[in-house]
This record gives sequence, structure tokens and C-alpha cells, in this order.
Amino acid sequence: MIPGEFDYHSPQTLAEAISLLVEHGDEAKILAGGQSLIPAMRFRLALPGTLIDINRIDGLSYLREENGHLLIGAMTRESALEESDIVQSKYHLLADAAAVIADPLVRNLATVGGNIAHSDPANDHPAVMLAYGATVMAAGPNGTRRIAIDDFFTDLFENSLEENEILTEIRIPTPAAGTGGAYLKLERKVGDYAISAAAVQLTMSGGTCTAARIGLTNVSPVPMRAKNAEQALVGQTLTDDVIEAAGQAAAAECDPSQDLRGSVAYKRDLTRVMVKRTIRKAMERAN
Amino acid sequence: MQITITVNGTTHTRDVEPRTLLVDFLRDHLGLTGTNIGCDTSQCGACTIHMDSQSVKSCTVLAVQADGADLTTIEGLANGSLHPMQQAFWDNHGLQCGYCTPGMIMSATKLVEGNPGISEAEIRHGLEGNICRCTGYQNIVKAVQQAAGEMGGD
Repeated sequence: MIPGEFDYHSPQTLAEAISLLVEHGDEAKILAGGQSLIPAMRFRLALPGTLIDINRIDGLSYLREENGHLLIGAMTRESALEESDIVQSKYHLLADAAAVIADPLVRNLATVGGNIAHSDPANDHPAVMLAYGATVMAAGPNGTRRIAIDDFFTDLFENSLEENEILTEIRIPTPAAGTGGAYLKLERKVGDYAISAAAVQLTMSGGTCTAARIGLTNVSPVPMRAKNAEQALVGQTLTDDVIEAAGQAAAAECDPSQDLRGSVAYKRDLTRVMVKRTIRKAMERAN
Repeated sequence: MQITITVNGTTHTRDVEPRTLLVDFLRDHLGLTGTNIGCDTSQCGACTIHMDSQSVKSCTVLAVQADGADLTTIEGLANGSLHPMQQAFWDNHGLQCGYCTPGMIMSATKLVEGNPGISEAEIRHGLEGNICRCTGYQNIVKAVQQAAGEMGGD
């Protein structure tokens, strides 16, 4: 299987890449790590007339803390998250996810920005970034703007980037004291998409949960937060009953579809279980 | 489009269509058929090569992306005698049909770099991108552990 024909550009600067996007409009696709796009092109699910390869633009790959945030350059490879001391020591939710995205060979090329810009609800980073309350930076012909992650995902494979904008950076708030996070995923085999996965970020104070954000993977047409599950936790002591209530809330509010990975009822119940387990792990880390 | 790629120490300049996959460039344009195509869906790892010192699936890279890159394929490992990883696969019966073996060996050589005492768990996690349908992985893991010690972290 070989992709359809396209014109290939490999700009050296972000400005050049943006002007190519302006010129070619929705005929163009950005090529980042290519680990989702190239398979989609091989299956002819994606037939871009123009491919803009941003791998030769310097300065889009970095991980650093600044002003209370972890800044992740869009072209940061997934493997860099696994190798980063900052991520491994302080951003446990992100570190958990980094170890279970696709497989190690794919992670050598796949990028954090690409994973988010692809906006596939089966991808892992959308739920992670929803749980973190991250911010996405987008560069276009009129400069750079911030997009709150809650406003980013708009539909299946759709997001609020304009067709002439490029996702350049993701900003994750540095976890406050008493905050813990975790990501747990059940997959049929390594490299498959999740049957269901949960991303949880909790803040605990004196045994009470004071803040909670929960993202779900591959159980809805659009990457989603489990807001009812979050509400079941906030202000509560996290007893077994409270955690069960949060799991049940997530099971009720998710919207999975039946496929080879299971029925709707199975995926809802699995989501209940995954949310509960992930809350427990996040709690341990918060304390 | 004209591209220049160094493969196993030899530099090649060729005209390719932008849609040419790197694995097809290696096999069809350069005649290096040691790199296998397995699943065609970026899952099996049979097409694994080293691109600028990283293991990648060459079915999921465009040849034009590798313009200027330095590649090593399975043909580039042996140097007069078998590479220690190849010898270890032989010694430990780390293959049966052999189809996954080139990719498995390319992943494994990169995996053990700088880690001569690599654990079984690290090997199993590190080889998650390479699928073998014959061996049950036991002898592959043994082979990688043997070679890791012999390679001494190189």
C-alpha cells in the first residue's frame, strides 16, 4: 500500500510553513512524526494534495519548566518524555501515558503535538491533557494564540485550529503540592488503541479531594472529560463508596461505540473500573 | 525529487516520488531486501532499521524524510563475521521462520546500547514494537541478554 500522490515541502522555518498552509489551505496536511498520518495515507483514508513536513524546522522540540508550567515543543518525540527526568519525577500522569503510547519504535518518531493535533479520541494525549488542564499554543499568519484544552477538541478528528495554524507548544501546569496524577490503559495488545483508558489528576488536602480532572480515552467520539465523575470526588473524603460513585458516573457519561474491542456495555463497565483504579493510583501519589 | 541517503556507509543519490516509502526505497531502489515488510500497517516491526541512531519502522517513514540521513540496515551489521546480536540469535535459537528476525535484531542492537546488564523486563518492554509469531519470545530474550553482555554496552 502506497500513499496517493502529493506535493512535498520541507520548510526550514515556522514562518515558511505557515505561508505554505496559507497558500494551500485545506489541501495541505502537516507531517510531524507521521506515525498516524502515513498509515492513514497508505490506506488512502487521507489524501492530502500537499504535505508540509515540519521535521526540518529547528526549535520545535523541547521540554522545560517556565513560569509554573511544563512547556512541551510540538515536535518533542514521545520517547523524549520517557527519557526526561523532569517528566518522570514531577509529571506522573504524563510519564504513565508516555510508556503506553503505541510501541517503542513508534515513540521514537511520534510527536506530542501530532498526537494532539490529530485529535483522535483513541489517542492517549488528549485525555492526559484534558486531565492536566493544559493549554495549546497555535501559530498562524497573525501570530500566536493560546487555546485552552477544554476548547480544543471539537469533533471526531476535528479541533479548533484554523486551517492556516500550526500547533507549536503544549503547556501543562506544574502540579501543586498535594497533587497526584495517573494514567491507566487497557489494550488488547501493545500497540493497539485503548479499549478504555483513564487520566486522573487529583489534589488532596487533609484527606479531602479539593480538585479533580478526569479525561477518558477511546470511549467517546470526541476526547472528553468525565465531569460528573470529577464532581463526585471534589469536596469528598475518597472512600470506597465515593470512588465507586465516580466510576459509575464516568460509565454513565461516556459514549463508547461497539467495535472489535467490545460492546457498549462492556466498555462502559470497563471505564468504571479503569476510572476507579486510576483514582486510587492518583490518590497514592497525591499523598 | 532527488535525495541523498547514506546506507551502511555507502552514499546513494536517487530520484524518488515523494510518496515512496523508505522501506520500498531500500528494497526496490537499492536492492537491500534484508529489511522485510510484514504487516503493512506499522505494527509488526519487521521493517525496523536505524535512522540517525534510532530504531524506526521504515514502512512509516517517507524516503524524502530520510534525505541526508545515515541509515543502517540488517545488511550493515555483520563485519566479516556475524554481529554479536546475530550470533546470539543463532546460538539461542532466537528464531524459527526468521521473518521478524532482521527487525528484531535491529531493535535489539539499539536497545542494549549503553545497557550491558539489561534486565529481562527491560528487553520485553523494549521489544514491544516487534512481533514474532513463532518463538514465544523466550529464546529471543535469552539471545538479547547474551549479546548485551558480549557487546559490553556498545
